[in-house]
Amino acid sequence: MAVDPIEQFHIQNLFPVAKIGNTEIVFTNSAAFMLAAVLGLTIFLVGATASRSLVPSRLQSAAEIAYEFVATTVRSTAGAEGMKFFPFVFSIFMFVLTLNMIGLIPYSFTVTSHIIVTAALAFTVFFTVLIYGFVRNGWHFFNLFVPKGVPVYILPLVVAIEILSFVSRPISHSVRLFANMLAGHITLQVFASFIILLGTGLGVVGWIGGVLPFLMIVILFALETLVAFLQAYVFAILTCIYLNDAIHPGH
Amino acid sequence: MDPVAAKYIGAGIACIGMGGAGVGVGIIFGNYLAAALRNPSAAQGQFGNLIFGFAITEALGIFSLLIALLLLFAL
Repeated sequence: MAVDPIEQFHIQNLFPVAKIGNTEIVFTNSAAFMLAAVLGLTIFLVGATASRSLVPSRLQSAAEIAYEFVATTVRSTAGAEGMKFFPFVFSIFMFVLTLNMIGLIPYSFTVTSHIIVTAALAFTVFFTVLIYGFVRNGWHFFNLFVPKGVPVYILPLVVAIEILSFVSRPISHSVRLFANMLAGHITLQVFASFIILLGTGLGVVGWIGGVLPFLMIVILFALETLVAFLQAYVFAILTCIYLNDAIHPGH
Repeated sequence: MDPVAAKYIGAGIACIGMGGAGVGVGIIFGNYLAAALRNPSAAQGQFGNLIFGFAITEALGIFSLLIALLLLFAL
């Protein structure tokens, strides 16, 4: 293959920040893109809410649409009580969405295609659910693992399955986002390398034939834009569903 | 067998698992559409459930893709 499809995910060290023992803490391109996303979001939201007018400006409507979208999701999946987690869900949704969208810009870096980033987010959600569930419900939180109306003789099996599915949540939660972004960007890169292979291999005929993979890239890019939004939404809605378990642990 | 060849064959076999996820996602969206056309007014309220079912199903396909990617690039 002419182009290494996973070269785009390489972490580059920009400048060292500190050194603790033998571990060097370095400001990487990943950190730079995360910082850019947070700064961009802050500027967008602060700017949108600076002049709160009754007839919203374009920027203010964009922020209101984002708010309403997430608020409806939280209310419909986690109930009215779930709204106390709205800032948490909104931050996660906007952060992931911005990182996914920045990743679509050619030559930029997709932070969410690294499992350490998505795993950190997923485990934050997992431990929030676990700690809040115990603080709010005490031992009733274990009702989550005992579905109502199950015959006693298969209950041990069902409980085991419920516990296993609860524990595997952060894995599927993080791997879904990470693998979707990784696979999408690899696909784009592979189709882009087809053009280079055709052009260098077959000359003029190859460059003309390269129009076909190029059209495919355009279509895939539209799909990737959809996936970038959908995966951010899926990440947020799963966060809401998991939080709902902590708020209403009875099945 | 050449270990590199075995690696590539393994990655190809791992991708077969994605077919099952494809069937599952098709069933979910097909049934949602069928139900939504019967009762369009109730469709909007079930959109969250649709996405949740899609996410759960897709995760399984993604796992097999992950195995393929690990075989190709990480191991």
